[in-house]
Amino acid sequence: MATTVDVPARDAARPRSMRARRLATLALLLALVVAVAVASIAIGTRSIGLGEVWRALVDGDLGTEEAVIVRQLRVPRTALGLLVGLALGVAGTLMQGHTRNPLGDPGLLGITAGASLAVVLSISLLGLTSPSGYVWFAFGGALAGTVLVYAIGSAGRGGATPLTLALAGAALSALLYALVRAILVSDEQTLDSFRFWVVGSLAGRGGDIAWQVAPFIALGLVLALVNAPALNLLGLGEDVARGLGQRIWLARVVGLAAITLLCGAATAACGPISFVGLVVPHVVRALTGPDHRWLVPCSGLLGAALLLGADVLGRVVARPAELQVGIVLAFIGAPFFIGLVRRTRAAGL
Amino acid sequence: MSVTASPRPDQRPVRSGRTVRIGPGSASLRWRDVAVPVVTLAALVLVSAVSMGRGDFPIGVGDVLRTLVGLGDGPQEFIVLELRAPRVVVGVLVGLALGVAGALFQTFARNPLASPDTLGLTTGASAGAVAAIVLTGGTSPGAVLGGLGIPAAALVGALLAGLLLFLLTWRAGIDGFRLVLVGIALWSVGNALIDWLLTNAEIYDAASAYVWITGSLNARTWDHAVPLATALAVLLPLSLAASRTLGALQFGDNTARGLGVRLAGAQTAVVLLAVGLVAFAVSGAGPIAFVALIVPQIAVRLTGGSRPPLLASGLMGALLVVGSDLVTRTVLPEALPVGILTAAIGAPYLLWLLVRGRRRSTL
Repeated sequence: MATTVDVPARDAARPRSMRARRLATLALLLALVVAVAVASIAIGTRSIGLGEVWRALVDGDLGTEEAVIVRQLRVPRTALGLLVGLALGVAGTLMQGHTRNPLGDPGLLGITAGASLAVVLSISLLGLTSPSGYVWFAFGGALAGTVLVYAIGSAGRGGATPLTLALAGAALSALLYALVRAILVSDEQTLDSFRFWVVGSLAGRGGDIAWQVAPFIALGLVLALVNAPALNLLGLGEDVARGLGQRIWLARVVGLAAITLLCGAATAACGPISFVGLVVPHVVRALTGPDHRWLVPCSGLLGAALLLGADVLGRVVARPAELQVGIVLAFIGAPFFIGLVRRTRAAGL
Repeated sequence: MSVTASPRPDQRPVRSGRTVRIGPGSASLRWRDVAVPVVTLAALVLVSAVSMGRGDFPIGVGDVLRTLVGLGDGPQEFIVLELRAPRVVVGVLVGLALGVAGALFQTFARNPLASPDTLGLTTGASAGAVAAIVLTGGTSPGAVLGGLGIPAAALVGALLAGLLLFLLTWRAGIDGFRLVLVGIALWSVGNALIDWLLTNAEIYDAASAYVWITGSLNARTWDHAVPLATALAVLLPLSLAASRTLGALQFGDNTARGLGVRLAGAQTAVVLLAVGLVAFAVSGAGPIAFVALIVPQIAVRLTGGSRPPLLASGLMGALLVVGSDLVTRTVLPEALPVGILTAAIGAPYLLWLLVRGRRRSTL
């Protein structure tokens, strides 16, 4: 793990080359995000040329059908995808860092299941039907899920291990989905709204959703960046971190707040989306090394690119219909997860 | 991470019983190993009889038992044997299969949390069934895949998930921890598939698919029971035969090898048997949640053995399914599918296992 502590003199040249590499990674990721965003605006059921897209974007009064599609459907959808991807990528990095657990992911750890139950309850009991109505409930459910999974996974001495956290997540998800089922089995109307939310999709979410969740995601991102240096110390173990002057509980609380804000907002906006938070930190860690000050922002960018890329892929493979982004990501992410499990011996995770 | 996990609930020494020798074989027999299955069986018969008696036309337990042995009168015979018996019989068979499969998985993975529910097998079956319901329009009249098509699709789905689980976990043998983690990945893929199918369905199909994936014994006929009984007639004896190697497998790979077990073959056989049992059980009544998880743990506590006993687990599974079905039909104000009740019992228990397991610094 790279830290500022005790760097031998002969490695003096190394930070500079590492820095160049990290800057190159950052530039590459930025370019990737821009490219995917352009693709997301241009590609869809109706093909719109890049020139047409450009004209629609600069000339706000252009009234052609293509321009309206670009401005009112594709741009908000792309913006939402960027926001949510950013949030999930950063949240995954924080979760993996705080638990020192390579299998950390909001979807696998039962956080989205908590949000799902809250959404079902709000649809069923309060009769809410629009995403902007149940956003807030998803938020509360995500918070409850986060706290519960960590409380259960780290109960007793020994604290949380990758396996217990993954199992606690699976168990909690199973329990919460059982409750969800008990409600939905006898309530066809709620099922009809819920099934389009639970699949995890960017479609049909207007620009107002992006605006509603943006402040939470922004706050979460700021907290995550603040939390990054502390994560580097926590990676050395709690005792060492305490010895180096880190206030452990402060770092944990900031981290938990950031994870909840990011996951809750993302889930509220798009429904439960798994595997972004799992895949992204692993890829980025291979490029930038384990320093969280680089890892956190780069993971955000790659998360945005991955989510948006999966959305575009879903629109391309199933034309003229579309495959929801949550489904595409499950099919990309699960093989990655299994590869991870197979590569490392479970005991060494 | 400590790998000293054991499916045993406590660390009291297991008292060895009387040794019984029949020809070349020998076994250690303790009175609890016999008493627990016998008592469970008696309770199962009683609950089944009560279950067959309850309904719009109540029949006393005595009359039900008399009808079952062929001494009933005409209308009662029709009601009991044609209308109510299939439901109970399917429940018994499904519970039996789930209980035995759960005991197999838990002994094999040396982990009480390894159950078809967390390993993605029931999710695979659900995905198959939902695909059949949604893609063929299960509620539309004249659908080609009507009654028996859904169980068949569930069977295919569960076997496919089991095969994937087996192949993806296999790396010079099967590691219990890897099995559980790969299972979690399969579980989430299966769920994604189900969610996607449901968004593409007519709302009526989606609703009926939802009842199915909750696990329900509603509207079962002899057509459901017969394939299930046939499969169990083959798989149960094989499972009981495998219990000898299971005893060696629970000590860990190296010890098992030292005791003369052909590890690869034995592991393959156990996993395939358990997958087969789950597949048929789910195709019969949908994925009734957590039966395979709870029952072996209760059974091992009652018998006080070193690992979940297969036969007692199976019988208790049957008792749990039939009993839960009876409760949902009679006690609860609304007739909910049986799977909701078993989930409500099982999921908190699973969480409790996790918390308690951590306290003892084993899993």
